[in-house]
Amino acid sequence: MTWFRNFMMPLEASTTARDIDDLYIFITIISVFFFVLVGGMAIIFAMKYRRKGVNEITPHITHHLGMEVTWSIIPLIICLVVFFWGFRGFVRANVPPGDAMEIQVTAKKWVWQFEYPDGTRTLNDIHVPIGKPVRLVMTSEDVLHSFFVPNFRIKHDVVPGRYTQVWFNPTKVGVHQVFCAEYCGKGHSDMLAKVHVDDDAAYEKWLQEGDEEMKKMPLKDLGQMVWENKGCSTCHSLDGTRGTGPSWKGIWGKQELLSTGKSVLVDENYVRTSILDPQKDIVNGFEGVMPTFQGLLREREIKGAIEFIKSLK
Amino acid sequence: MGHTVSVPAARGVAHEDVSVNYLTYPKGLKSWLTTIDHKRIGIMYLAFVMTSFFVGGIFALLIRIELLTPKQTIMTAETYNRVFTLHGAIMVFLFIIPSIPAALGNFVLPLMLGAKDVAFPRLNLASLYIYVIGAVMAVSSIVFGAVDTGWTFYTPYSTTTSGAVGLMAMAVFVLGFSSVFTGINFIATVHTLRAPGMTWFRMPLFVWSIYATAVIQVLATPVLGITMVLLVMERAFGIGIFDPKLGGDPVLFQHFFWFYSHPAVYIMIVPGMAIISELIPTFSHKTIFGYRAIAFSSVAIALLGFLVWGHHMFVSGQSELATTIFSFLTFLIAIPSGVKVFNWTATMYRGSISLDTPMLYAISFLLLFTIGGLTGIYLGALSTDIHLTDTYFVVAHFHYVMMGGTVIAFLGGLHYWWPKMFGRMYNEKIARIGCILVFIGFNMTFFTQFILGTRGMPRRYYNYLDQFQQLHVFSTFGSWVLGTGLILAAVSMLSSLRKPYDAPRNPWGGSTLEWETQSPPIEHNFDQDMVLKHAPYDYRPLREETSL
Repeated sequence: MTWFRNFMMPLEASTTARDIDDLYIFITIISVFFFVLVGGMAIIFAMKYRRKGVNEITPHITHHLGMEVTWSIIPLIICLVVFFWGFRGFVRANVPPGDAMEIQVTAKKWVWQFEYPDGTRTLNDIHVPIGKPVRLVMTSEDVLHSFFVPNFRIKHDVVPGRYTQVWFNPTKVGVHQVFCAEYCGKGHSDMLAKVHVDDDAAYEKWLQEGDEEMKKMPLKDLGQMVWENKGCSTCHSLDGTRGTGPSWKGIWGKQELLSTGKSVLVDENYVRTSILDPQKDIVNGFEGVMPTFQGLLREREIKGAIEFIKSLK
Repeated sequence: MGHTVSVPAARGVAHEDVSVNYLTYPKGLKSWLTTIDHKRIGIMYLAFVMTSFFVGGIFALLIRIELLTPKQTIMTAETYNRVFTLHGAIMVFLFIIPSIPAALGNFVLPLMLGAKDVAFPRLNLASLYIYVIGAVMAVSSIVFGAVDTGWTFYTPYSTTTSGAVGLMAMAVFVLGFSSVFTGINFIATVHTLRAPGMTWFRMPLFVWSIYATAVIQVLATPVLGITMVLLVMERAFGIGIFDPKLGGDPVLFQHFFWFYSHPAVYIMIVPGMAIISELIPTFSHKTIFGYRAIAFSSVAIALLGFLVWGHHMFVSGQSELATTIFSFLTFLIAIPSGVKVFNWTATMYRGSISLDTPMLYAISFLLLFTIGGLTGIYLGALSTDIHLTDTYFVVAHFHYVMMGGTVIAFLGGLHYWWPKMFGRMYNEKIARIGCILVFIGFNMTFFTQFILGTRGMPRRYYNYLDQFQQLHVFSTFGSWVLGTGLILAAVSMLSSLRKPYDAPRNPWGGSTLEWETQSPPIEHNFDQDMVLKHAPYDYRPLREETSL
């Protein structure tokens, strides 16, 4: 069944994934069996007992208790097996080990914000060490979201006004996609994040220095990455299309009319203020819905964003 | 003149003069608008639900076209969200829920019982008018800012988003009344208007299932109504039932919503089972296998259906204990559905099977509903559901049940009763091609989505990762095949309306009472009082008569 596993399933990258996949395959075998049984009989009967003439008579078979009991009891037993198997996996997927590292997750339209025990805060990217259980304590600032990592086979709704949790113990180094799986409006399908599973050395290094690649990147490219990965792109277009926020195309050096009636020059200081204190100056005609990025962007990333905006003529 | 179960006139037999019938007499638009004839109400319902199906289908095709590419194809994200909301709301509330009970059921049920009409004919007409008002409200939401919540209206998104959510919620509230009225009517009709000799266990299985459905409609729909009123009040006055910012609980909304909407799944599928229980014995020319098991399983599904709503919420934040109990009960409800499938298949054993279009739909139903039911096991099991819920796997699963089950059965029933309704035979050749294309297109569209979902493609996604594109493209091609099949089905039926009456009383050799009257029937259904002397599906006394 390895080919089937590989064909159907995403990468198996957590300790709970295997058991869920095994149950999936067990149910698939049962399903194929019953489908072939029912479908095969229906098709064979339809061919074999094709009506041969208007005079054809059929036997008067009203019921058969033995058969009816059999085809009630056998599926019931199979269903109970599946229930208990699923229950065992569910318990495992819901009870994190006591020593799990905790990461706080805040979801809001349409970004994932993570906070580590040491105060490190990241947006749409988390780094975790391989082979260590991680517990995510999640809440939402606005509507329902759902934290879904296919490679880990974990998913749980993120609910405003309460904490929910998921946990995982990653088994494969690499980048694992996070989706929002509960519909949350316009940017729902862009509310993506990544779990980077690092070996211990790489994880330590990341904790101290941030991403190696990002340090080498030219400011403008870094800014573009910020735009793509940190949620800017959900509201600010690059081609002049009006989004939830003003497009970045050609905005640099412009005089923007604010909702207060004043106008302001789009320069380094204005962009910086808009990132760190977005409610201060709101461009006329837009809603002040942008969250603050204070503490979420490294200093160099802010500079990068500024350079990137400059480049968008 | 047969007033018992008898004489299936063979096709092609020269037939009687049927120019006076419920369609032609009384005449005039006013006589239609004020009619209390269950048949006319059924036909008008049919016209409205088919229009809704067409509109909902257009939205479905638009969704599929948008998903041809991973980024924007033909519409913006906001438009896409509105389109899938309208697709869901129209298909569920304006099409599937009324389709079989209110359209086909209205027409067929009193005829099957040997009755002249339903128990409350005026209530029946009121149900239709309320449906139309609700439908106009729902569709007019498009011009009043549209709705982008999904058909499930989950809070707090639905209480905070802009647009015409209030109007749509009130539309659903109003439509609920039309559903309740139909349900009350059918319950009373089944209890009081059965022909002499028709004991409970001599009722056609269609009647059993529609009766079970009616019970769910009457008991569950008010909960949806109340939920919608609370939603509207929350939006309008901020009463704080669901929004945590006001001290409410968003998960409570999901409990309320699914307390109706899971039973509503059975409001949708049980009538589909009702039709299949007619088609298979008729076209196998053989008595139904396990009549009582099928009848009781309808009732069991109706009752157990009220106890499993939490299986929509395994990862929503409801308690783990509740989740476990709901999973357990979900597996129990799988059994009566399985029993029906086995009984239908066993009915075909040693039958004399003619593969007219309705039977092709019945066999399609057996195959597709079996897949729909079996894939429910993946979602009912607690651990696999964690991975699969809110992905395309769920989308595929409920389309296999709702479309592969109910809609396929509805199409089968529509072809089956078309000669009775309009007195004309549809074009058999076009209809068969249509049915086969529907089957192929449906599987192309939705089987693909099981794979997408298992691979992790979340539902309600406007943009998606490149790795999913191939499967999405294939699914979209499938939707075009499916659409073509449905158009052919429509052509085969609608084109017959220009012909003169050519349908005999009983083109299929059916054993239930609706085949005893002329096609189309007269205004009061039968030209004499009906007395039932045999159980339905008893093909023994027909032997000599069929050889005529």
